[in-house]
Amino acid sequence: MDERELRSLIDDVKGGRLSRRRFVQMMIGLGLTAPLANQMLLSAGVAHAQTSRLAYKATKRGGGGTLKTLWWQGPTLLNPHFAVGTKDQDGSRIFYEPLASWDPDGNLYPTLAAEIPTAQNGGVAKDGKSVVWKLKKGVTWHDGKPFTADDCVFTWEYCADPATASVSIATYKDIKVDKLDSHTIKVTFAKPTPFWADAFVGVRGMVIPKHLFEAFKGAKSREAPTNLKPVGTGPYRFVDFKPGDLVRGELNPTYHMPNRPFFDAIEMKGGGDAVSAARAVIQTGEYDYAWNMQVEDEILKRLEQGGRGRADIVAGGNIEHIQLNNTDPNKDVDGERSSVKTKHPFLTDPAVRQALNLLVDRAAVQEQIYGRTGIATANFLNEPKRFASKATHWEFNVDKANQILDAAGWKRGGDGIREKNGVKLKMVYSTSINAPRQKNQAIVKQAAAKAGIEMELKSVTASVFFSSDVANPDTYTHFYTDIQMYTTTMTQPDPELFMNQFTSWEVATKANKWQGRNITRWRNEEYDKLYHAAETELDPVKRAALFVKMNELVIANVVVIPVVFRPRVAAVSKQLRVEQSGWDSDFWNLENWYREA
Amino acid sequence: MGKYLVRRLLIAVPVLAGISLVLFTILALAPGDPFEELATNPNVPPEVAQQLRHQFGLDDPLPIRYARWFTAMVHGDWGFSFVSRVNVTTLILQRLPTTLYVLGSAQLLGILVALPIGTLSAVRPYSIFDQIATTIAFIGFSLPTFFTGLLFILFFSIYLDWLPFIYRADLGGSGWQYYWALVKQAIMPVTVLGLFQGAVLTRFMRSAVLDVVRLDYINTARAKGLAEHTTLVKHVVRNALIPVVTLVALQIPTVFTGAVITEQIFRVPGIGSLLISSILANDTPVVMAITFVYSCLVVLFNLLADLLYGWLDPRIAYH
Amino acid sequence: MADGVGSETLAAGLAAAARPAPRTLWAETFLRFRRHRLATFGAVVLVFMVVAVIAGPFVYRVPIDEIDFKAKLRGPTWAHPFGTDDLGQDLLARMLYGGRISLAVGIVAMLIGITIGVSVGAVSGHLGGGADQALMRVTDLFLSLPQLPLLLLVVYLFRDVLRKTLGPEVGVFVLIVAVIGGLRWMPVARLVRAQFLSLREKEFVEAARGLGAPALRQVVRHILPNAIGPVIVAGTIDVAAAIITESSLSFLGLGFPSDIPTWGRILFDAKDNLDFAPHWALLPGTAIFLTVLAINYVGDGLRDALDPRKVLAS
Repeated sequence: MDERELRSLIDDVKGGRLSRRRFVQMMIGLGLTAPLANQMLLSAGVAHAQTSRLAYKATKRGGGGTLKTLWWQGPTLLNPHFAVGTKDQDGSRIFYEPLASWDPDGNLYPTLAAEIPTAQNGGVAKDGKSVVWKLKKGVTWHDGKPFTADDCVFTWEYCADPATASVSIATYKDIKVDKLDSHTIKVTFAKPTPFWADAFVGVRGMVIPKHLFEAFKGAKSREAPTNLKPVGTGPYRFVDFKPGDLVRGELNPTYHMPNRPFFDAIEMKGGGDAVSAARAVIQTGEYDYAWNMQVEDEILKRLEQGGRGRADIVAGGNIEHIQLNNTDPNKDVDGERSSVKTKHPFLTDPAVRQALNLLVDRAAVQEQIYGRTGIATANFLNEPKRFASKATHWEFNVDKANQILDAAGWKRGGDGIREKNGVKLKMVYSTSINAPRQKNQAIVKQAAAKAGIEMELKSVTASVFFSSDVANPDTYTHFYTDIQMYTTTMTQPDPELFMNQFTSWEVATKANKWQGRNITRWRNEEYDKLYHAAETELDPVKRAALFVKMNELVIANVVVIPVVFRPRVAAVSKQLRVEQSGWDSDFWNLENWYREA
Repeated sequence: MGKYLVRRLLIAVPVLAGISLVLFTILALAPGDPFEELATNPNVPPEVAQQLRHQFGLDDPLPIRYARWFTAMVHGDWGFSFVSRVNVTTLILQRLPTTLYVLGSAQLLGILVALPIGTLSAVRPYSIFDQIATTIAFIGFSLPTFFTGLLFILFFSIYLDWLPFIYRADLGGSGWQYYWALVKQAIMPVTVLGLFQGAVLTRFMRSAVLDVVRLDYINTARAKGLAEHTTLVKHVVRNALIPVVTLVALQIPTVFTGAVITEQIFRVPGIGSLLISSILANDTPVVMAITFVYSCLVVLFNLLADLLYGWLDPRIAYH
Repeated sequence: MADGVGSETLAAGLAAAARPAPRTLWAETFLRFRRHRLATFGAVVLVFMVVAVIAGPFVYRVPIDEIDFKAKLRGPTWAHPFGTDDLGQDLLARMLYGGRISLAVGIVAMLIGITIGVSVGAVSGHLGGGADQALMRVTDLFLSLPQLPLLLLVVYLFRDVLRKTLGPEVGVFVLIVAVIGGLRWMPVARLVRAQFLSLREKEFVEAARGLGAPALRQVVRHILPNAIGPVIVAGTIDVAAAIITESSLSFLGLGFPSDIPTWGRILFDAKDNLDFAPHWALLPGTAIFLTVLAINYVGDGLRDALDPRKVLAS
């Protein structure tokens, strides 16, 4: 099937001659993924099946009692644009809404928008320099005032003002927002922007009411009473807030989606630890939902045996991976180790890299350590599925690793450790202190020993390892060891920001105070070119292909060894129906949550 | 009485000033800039950091800094939380009642357990009852509260499914059900804390009663034919209570230790759990303020103990 | 509480001296202690614990950090007498190693507390007057400081620097021990001062003074030995309190680094598996309990033994 045939099929869908579902099935038959097929339709201007996958069964508003949720870190403030952590974003999301949210597949789902802008409906400009959002009509703030384009324009002004000290400033500072009419806004970018869905979308996109925040823009932002008593458009109205402890809301009788919400009230309780939160939901049923279950799968499984609740797992882009240092961590150049002016004595040898790649037993890591909460993978970029490469694969094979090293001239010495030209295959393998990571280190070390590679394990306290302390040599950005392991988080369903950690201009150095995002110090012209191309490529299919290629380049060169990707895990009581998304707040479609009888 | 109270209050002032000095010294001696976090935290604008630096006068000499900090504290200007951007006083006042409720109930429970058991133990020292009571008391204060707390949760919440293990400051509902829920959720945190206190107090009570029982006037009381029960309550216990009151007051700082942990386990929204989360979030103004509030509470309880003396021992005149 | 102990000790000593086979004060004390069965039991347990953690790792040579998934969360077996944790690490080895730290924390903190307490008490009691008043006000002040919050504050402010200069283990050890010790000296100071006030006027001290003994000598030779009883008792309580405080710090995530298995840390690590692998929590819990219990019994025994009102009927 070539492009012409595809286009005609898409036309058939447009004309109603072919069902959307049938089209997706055909594409899956051709080896494409469902989201990719959807993406093709979307880019071709066929409106999204804009419904949540969660079949909402309640037939009237209210009557569901209280929804009790547990966040083991309680929200400390309820202004989404001051949010320090996801807990604050989630707390705010109960009351505030963005124009659109991210669904589990990384597609846009309209919340306050009347429709998702596309090239075909004229929303997304052909030159990629502007987007027009149509807002839902008849939406009111909790205090009864109407929601209009003015509120969106104000949200932009508020966040873009440096004096406001908003955490969303990066999203809003380089754009311009104009009101076209009372319910239409136009977002203008300085340069062609393929990923236009950042402002007004997801956790940084929550719209705040102009009439209540107007007097508190800029330096006085801290004084706004609304910071603690939110007035939004969301399914629940504000009742009470105790920072770090409790957020309470009640049903919003004028909510803009029919028959929603189901619950009469909502509670978000904070504090404690993840395991006891899991117990309260899964074991005793005291609560309905608990966020971010950083709990070993083995414990979750045991708790689930009680039958009162379950662990709800949804894919996200976070990846636990091992980084190989391209520079020499033991040579000091101008007061800096792992300087880009040096070359690693043996990790620059492709044979050693390939051997290491074969020595990571990802199946054992998944099975012994992470279970459902860490899935073995060959890719660095795994989600959304349209960006995941199908050409890569991984295997655990000690014999093959030995052969590769033999062939490359690494001979075993008297102590069983391989060496070549006086360089021994001895390396320091560091990570943060965290039980699963120490287990992972042990598995890799054992396998490496069988291939004549000696690993010294090092574990650094998490608060040090992940700190931005310039003076501390043990942070992950200094990377003063041979290999290191941690999880890189992917916060947006678009990989542009995520994939810049392999570009040559992001290399972490002393000069940039180790703020650069390229920790491995790997530099590759082809990669840089691909990345630049993706930055301006407006065709989503072609752009996805560029990211797939970037990932394959990284994997082929064994720049990093992906181990497992980490889905998002929540604890959900048996009757509660929720739909999580790995790309947005836990409450991204809170209005659709309901309890089965 | 009123005069005495005023005098004691006046003594409390220099103590509090001294405590603030200690806290301030710790802060000043701390290596590095406690507001360093501000510089690297993108959520705090530089002007706020600047204003705070000014508010804490970090560029002035130490004594001036202390004087300024102290006056600000006295004026009720405790700054605002870096994390929630809420005034520290608001945060603390929101949570103080819960802490006092749990702590007070626990202390009361501890005393109610300790008085009879300690007395009976001492009246028949080295009897079977005393041996058992002693052993249980030792178990009580040699198990860290976090451990007993977890055991309680496993047994009463998960195994028996009787009690909730998540404490809520504002329960909905009304009528007796509301009060029952209020009591029910407090049972475990109060018991864990109260039994720990009770164990310690039992030991104090026992040794205090032991000391008094041997005194001559008790023998006199017995000799003059007073019923054993009357002797015990009117003379022994009353006199034994005097040192116990002192010790209870001395013990107050350790109560807070247990309270911080209990609040953490049962998600009690008190100032203890606020302290922990603030420490983990590097929220310096809140950390300093809570530590100071704890000190105030200690001073307050010591004051109450002093007042109790007079009631227990009329020889101590309030002048 | 302890006022008057001196004179009675003297009386006891005189009484003892009057008997046919005179025993020294310490022998007498020892005998009294031996009579206290629980105290004797406590002493035996304590000695056993100390020997075990000091000599144990040399005899039982299983590494504390060897990971073996095949044997994870096992109860006691021949290969692992105390069972294993979730990494298959040997719990006996970890308990022995961690016991060193836990006991060391307790003992060193106690020593610091007693040293400061005795010094402050002695200086205060010896000098009297304004210095005494000032020192006692400072003591009152410290008594009003809430321990754990202050401990948390100090750990929060200083941990990074000490970690950098002394390494994570030693740094945290020094910090914890210093703060626990630094906040527990006040009762000792009061006790010692009270002893001083009552002993200063006693005949034997006056006699020594009359003979021209220098002040320091008076203090060390005559007054301190008489104050030692209550100080030892206070000290035993401090050891127990320090061990519990350390475990509480571990629970709050502010104690030793997570790869150093102190008893408190093991207990903390075990908490999530309490219902599935109870042995993991039971062992460190029992160890802390037994140690504290033993120390308290020993303290109790010492108090009774050093209490001269209970003269032994021979």
